[in-house]
Amino acid sequence: MPVAAPAPGPVRRSLFGLLVRNPLALTGLVVLVVLVLVAIFAGVLAPSDPIQPNLRMRNAPPGTPGAPLGGDGAGRDILSRLMYGTRLTLTGAALAILVAAVVGVPAGLVAGYRGRLFDAVASWVADVLLSVPGKVILLAVIAAFGPSVLITMSAFGVILSPHLYRLVRTQTIGVKNELYVDAATVAGLSDVRIVARHILSVVRAPIIIQSAILAGIAVIVQSGLEFLGLGDPSQVTWGSMLGNAFAVIYQAPTAMIWPGVAIGVTVASLVLLGNGLRDAVQGSTTAPRRPRRVRPTAASHAAASAASATGPDAASEALLDVRGLRVGYPRPDGDTTVVVDGVDLRLRRGEVLGLVGESGSGKTQTAFAVLGLLPRGGEVLGGSVVVNGEDIAGLSPAARRQLLRTTLAYVPQEPMSNLDPAFRVGQQLVEPLRVRGMARTAAKAKALDLLAEVGIPDPRRTFDSYPHQISGGMAQRVLIAGAISADPVLLIADEPTTALDVTVQAEVLSLLRRLQRERDMGVLLVTHNLGVVADICDTVAVMRSGRVVETAPVAELFANPQHEYTRALLDASLDDTEPRPALVPREHGAPDPRDAAGDRPSGPAAPDAPQPSTSRSVR
Amino acid sequence: MAMFIVRRLAFGVSLILFATTLTFFLVHRDGIEVARTILGESATQDAVLARSEALGLDRPVVVQFLSWLGDAVRGNLGTSYFSTDSVASILVSRTPVTLSIVAGGVLLTALVSVGLGMLAAVRGGWADRSVQVLSVLGMSLPNFWVALMFVLLFAVTWQIFPATGYVSPDVSATGWLASITLPVVALALSGIAAATQQVRGAVIDLLEADFVRTLRSRGIPERSILFRHALKNAASPALTVLSLQFIGLLGGAIVIEKVFALPGLGTTAVTATIRGDVPVLLGVVAVTVVIVVVVNLVIDIVNGWVNPKVTLQ
Repeated sequence: MPVAAPAPGPVRRSLFGLLVRNPLALTGLVVLVVLVLVAIFAGVLAPSDPIQPNLRMRNAPPGTPGAPLGGDGAGRDILSRLMYGTRLTLTGAALAILVAAVVGVPAGLVAGYRGRLFDAVASWVADVLLSVPGKVILLAVIAAFGPSVLITMSAFGVILSPHLYRLVRTQTIGVKNELYVDAATVAGLSDVRIVARHILSVVRAPIIIQSAILAGIAVIVQSGLEFLGLGDPSQVTWGSMLGNAFAVIYQAPTAMIWPGVAIGVTVASLVLLGNGLRDAVQGSTTAPRRPRRVRPTAASHAAASAASATGPDAASEALLDVRGLRVGYPRPDGDTTVVVDGVDLRLRRGEVLGLVGESGSGKTQTAFAVLGLLPRGGEVLGGSVVVNGEDIAGLSPAARRQLLRTTLAYVPQEPMSNLDPAFRVGQQLVEPLRVRGMARTAAKAKALDLLAEVGIPDPRRTFDSYPHQISGGMAQRVLIAGAISADPVLLIADEPTTALDVTVQAEVLSLLRRLQRERDMGVLLVTHNLGVVADICDTVAVMRSGRVVETAPVAELFANPQHEYTRALLDASLDDTEPRPALVPREHGAPDPRDAAGDRPSGPAAPDAPQPSTSRSVR
Repeated sequence: MAMFIVRRLAFGVSLILFATTLTFFLVHRDGIEVARTILGESATQDAVLARSEALGLDRPVVVQFLSWLGDAVRGNLGTSYFSTDSVASILVSRTPVTLSIVAGGVLLTALVSVGLGMLAAVRGGWADRSVQVLSVLGMSLPNFWVALMFVLLFAVTWQIFPATGYVSPDVSATGWLASITLPVVALALSGIAAATQQVRGAVIDLLEADFVRTLRSRGIPERSILFRHALKNAASPALTVLSLQFIGLLGGAIVIEKVFALPGLGTTAVTATIRGDVPVLLGVVAVTVVIVVVVNLVIDIVNGWVNPKVTLQ
């Protein structure tokens, strides 16, 4: 799935703000600042000399006066050595990250922005560096240059640089294709300025996040090498302290604990900083795009309960009876975004009900609620959904699955993403049949029959294909075959033709119509295409802002739309009409001059005002 | 598929060449200096010159490299500067030790990270939060320090496992298992922490995928969605993660071997580094990279088998 590049502005402005507001990141930052201060002021803070041995302090236990954490094998104060050890640890990690950034970031920018030969060569080098065990190469570096922390950690920076290179390259390629970068190019900005202004600002946050994690790795690797005795012997380091303590494990076992805790705390603060920052940035830039927020109103509750009160006898013959359905998503601030707000729908056997409305009107969410398959976080807040006489709210998960295996079926919008890419088409058709208790061979035969029934020319070949080997039109036929394999009485089709080519759309639509007639199914057809509605539906419900504003037989709706919004929709979509008026403003509140003002209730629900009608329900 | 394997093989060969060339020229030293180190300060200048010549170190560097490469391809990796053992024989005895703990570590990483990652993704709530905390802990604690703590607790204090040493499986299967248990667990911890995060993210994404909703709409039980569909879809990225983990564990083994005094490639390399035993160090680098290339190739082939799209690329 393509990840939208975060807009440069907000990230730049609030990176530090986000960091401070995230408790994990803030904790990491505070610990890190303390460590830096300890490193700088070790000379003042340390109670004793870190190098001068004191024979009486040899392997002294923790709590000894003058050595709160004890003394090491040579009688040196462990606490003081820990404080001094902070210096080289932080310097080494910072150096590694600096080198990794200096090598990886420019290379990633050029490879991502220019591509071609440089990209090919640099990406090969990155692959190679990532495939070589870094520590083995570091041993060779130490063998060549001796145990110098600065040289070793610089070399480790080069080994780490592919991580930053890949990150920057991917992000740059993503940003490069954004329209605002095109605009900057057309405006004649130089490449250097484009990279500096538009691209660096976007990749900055990910670089900082990744650098924090890499710095943690650098601390661990550096202390590991020092533990092995490959560090600078003239320096006090946490790793060498561990090595010394290991040598006296039987005499002073606790001495091994402190350097490990120091390393752990340092790395944890870096990891927390990175993770917290990532959560903060992702949370602010990739917040799920839900349909816009609709405030629940007293008027809609009233409408819902009024609708529920009308005729229980009507419900008994309905295949699908939705009353006062409300669906919402909780938001981080504790409030709830209501996306379906008091929807009523009724559908009889053999009837095709079109559910139309623009994007974000709540029509797909209504369909998912009927199926009981709302995305993560979504919940039914109120109302009822009765399918074939059963209220689905009261069903156990198993009973709901049973309903899906026998009564209710679903045809999705996007055919390619709705087939499991890892399984053959045939397996995906056979599995639901097997789940319903059919024998293997019978299920296979039925799957082949179904493929033939939905008009696939060579069922056996399609049966053996993987989803990526068939076309979108074929995939949609496969999904329709899967839907009817349960012999459902109610089919929920969510924009079943939207993702297809125009010629294929017509074929799939006529297939749906044929199957609906042959099998006498009720179909709830979600669409934004009024042409599809005119073609196949008996009845239409028009949705807007989470509510049904008008329900009518299809011919009547087209001939004589009652609601302002329906008229606007028709005007906007029919080709042979007069020049269109502007679409009705979506925000509630300000009265539209074209609205019939007299008979609607006051309050924010104004455009949904009921209008008198005899042959239909208009709300 | 054949083309795919050939391409991966070509990359593997270039990787081996790159690593050995880089190491050779990094650690190359002047022949007189090397001979002086071997023979000691008291040796005469003539003896030093003669030894340098005997080792072939008086030739131009490029000639030395080409002759090393030519011999290496035929399986002759030279002789240690400080003993009469051939490098090949040293590597043959040391490699199984390292492979034992690295393979064990990869296996443990795969099992535990898939289990914990799926648990966190599916259960959410406190299970997810606990896994997150454990994961930060696993990434923060150096694995060699965890190994030290293991030695302190399980070997020194409670004496459940042997503190040090390696038992070949030819000698005793249970002894072998006991000798690698602590090293394997210590080695795998940081890999488990990282891989668990990745499994968790992948499963969360997969369970939100369109095709999972469609599977649910067909009345497929959650058990099948999770263990059949999600697992098979996650297998391909998980294998990539594992191949990177394998490389990481090979590096981690260097320090872990020292803690448990295991006679593996890591301790061999560290000793060679400290003494300046160039042929041994080169040999370790060469065999390590060859192992990486072979494992990656196997993973690529398994990947092609799991992921139907690879075969077409």
